[in-house]
Amino acid sequence: MARQQKPFSWILITALALALSACAVLEDEERVDDRDEMTEEERERAEEERRDTAVWAMGDRDALEGEELDMALDDPDSPISKRIVHFAFDSSEIHDEDMPILESHGEFLANHPAQRIVIEGHTDERGAREYNLALGERRAEAVKRILVLNGAGEDQLEVVSYGEESPVASGSNEEAYAQNRRAELLYRR
Amino acid sequence: MQPRLKALMGAALALALAPGLAKAELVVEITRGAEAALPIAIADFGDDGEALPEDVATIIRDNLLRSGQFDPLPREEFIDNPTRSDDVRFENWRALGVDNLVVGETRRDGDDFRVRYELLDVFTGERMLGRSYSVSEPSLRALAHTISDNIYEELLGRPGAFNTMVAYVAIDESDGDREFQLIVADADGHDPQSILSSSEPLLSPAWSPDRERIAYVSFEERRSEIFVQNIRTGERDRIASFRGLNSAPAWSPDGNRLAVTLSRDGQTDIYSLDVETGETTRLTDHHAIDTEAAWGPDGDHLYFTSDRGGSPQIYRADADGGNVQRITYEGNYNASPDISPDGERLAMVHRGDNGFQIAVLDLGSERFRIMSEGPHDESPSFAPNGAMVVYATRQNGTGVLGTVSLFGEARNIMATEGRALREPAWSPN
Repeated sequence: MARQQKPFSWILITALALALSACAVLEDEERVDDRDEMTEEERERAEEERRDTAVWAMGDRDALEGEELDMALDDPDSPISKRIVHFAFDSSEIHDEDMPILESHGEFLANHPAQRIVIEGHTDERGAREYNLALGERRAEAVKRILVLNGAGEDQLEVVSYGEESPVASGSNEEAYAQNRRAELLYRR
Repeated sequence: MQPRLKALMGAALALALAPGLAKAELVVEITRGAEAALPIAIADFGDDGEALPEDVATIIRDNLLRSGQFDPLPREEFIDNPTRSDDVRFENWRALGVDNLVVGETRRDGDDFRVRYELLDVFTGERMLGRSYSVSEPSLRALAHTISDNIYEELLGRPGAFNTMVAYVAIDESDGDREFQLIVADADGHDPQSILSSSEPLLSPAWSPDRERIAYVSFEERRSEIFVQNIRTGERDRIASFRGLNSAPAWSPDGNRLAVTLSRDGQTDIYSLDVETGETTRLTDHHAIDTEAAWGPDGDHLYFTSDRGGSPQIYRADADGGNVQRITYEGNYNASPDISPDGERLAMVHRGDNGFQIAVLDLGSERFRIMSEGPHDESPSFAPNGAMVVYATRQNGTGVLGTVSLFGEARNIMATEGRALREPAWSPN
């Protein structure tokens, strides 16, 4: 029994480190404590709940796949639910408000060393196409540096620049430009 | 200035090209007539009364008009139409205000065509040029360009660039799918041919000095890689596919090397890539962005974009990357340099009063001129005679190609219905 509990307590630490709500953590803890008294059915349900609430917190050395990855990417409470950061014109400086997003990804990747991601750098349509290709690369590299500082391994991160070739917003106005000046963190589903 | 020239300025004159090209047809439009252009008349060429595959006189007239350095008299104003110098009544042409007159004829001769023309001085009545040729049908257009080159050079003292080509990227967008095509066409927009099609972006086509190959960047593997493709055979080699960026290819004048931008060693620098062996040599070494290399015509210098000073500006280095010097100081954004074939002028993308515009810097006098209207202009490329620049611009929100003449600043637009055009590169002679 004690052996079986080990991974769970490790999950808790990870969950704490990831700054999940204390409430969710407590629920997990209770569930662990109650484990002996659970029926098979209850255990299954609890297991399901656990996966629903904090699947991304699994201290699994494997990369997340399938449903688990979908959940971690789509749940707004997941630390990796936000995967785009934006930039000022001709700049690759990470905005202060985007730092927590990148820190979360760095920590997540540190906890899932087998997880690999692609960091795409993009620019708006203005100016020289080739210069923009280099600028997109520099944006992606700036993101990569923050991820590595927060525990991600270099081998988990691939950098690709599309320059201005792959806009998310069409139109030639500041609103579209602001959306297109970005770096995207892509977890392969 | 002649009244008819004034009428042309600001007006839009559509020059329809040869029919039968359907969707891919490039249409040229004169958006701004030239000032101080030479008044000339090209009389209709005589023929045997049977239909000819090409109208040589019209091709010459359109070429000279687009160059911005000539102001051809519209046909409607002709008083008569001589086809040989003996029949010319020079007082008629003097009255029409032209300095020079071209007369000639095109006749079928078996499977070939005999073309004869004369360039005349209207004031002295002198014959400045007179030549005749025998060519096959497919060469008729090229001959019309050669005659245009001869006239241009005789009257301006500088070679023409009518017998050249332009490479560019065309984009078809439908239902969210994009199709990119690499196209090569005659410099007048005639006969556009797709040499590559891809669902991923293509950019930065660059002509080899012998005009046989084009280097370009393709994202077909979802990342930038450099290819070299033989235009005639379609054969191609993936020549740079290192980790990181593989971009901005530029042929050395001897055609043996490409300057390319790579980031494989952790910073974005310019490298020399041997086209035969694939060996690379690093040329620049800076943590800032160095990219968009262009070789000086003698191969002794490289011009490139770098933001090592805080914003993108153009720098010059020796061919081995040493002795780096900043060249541009106007404004906070100058990029995408192209050097004129005589090495005296630098065209670039400049962030000016109206967004991104094409500018030309005279390296000797340091005169800096804005050449295009903006605000979305990019990718300037000199004609091989240095008299015009082709660039990417927008018209009604769609990508089109613009040309501007350095003398007189006449502007033309080349567009294809339903497709966006960008990334033009003017071929060598």
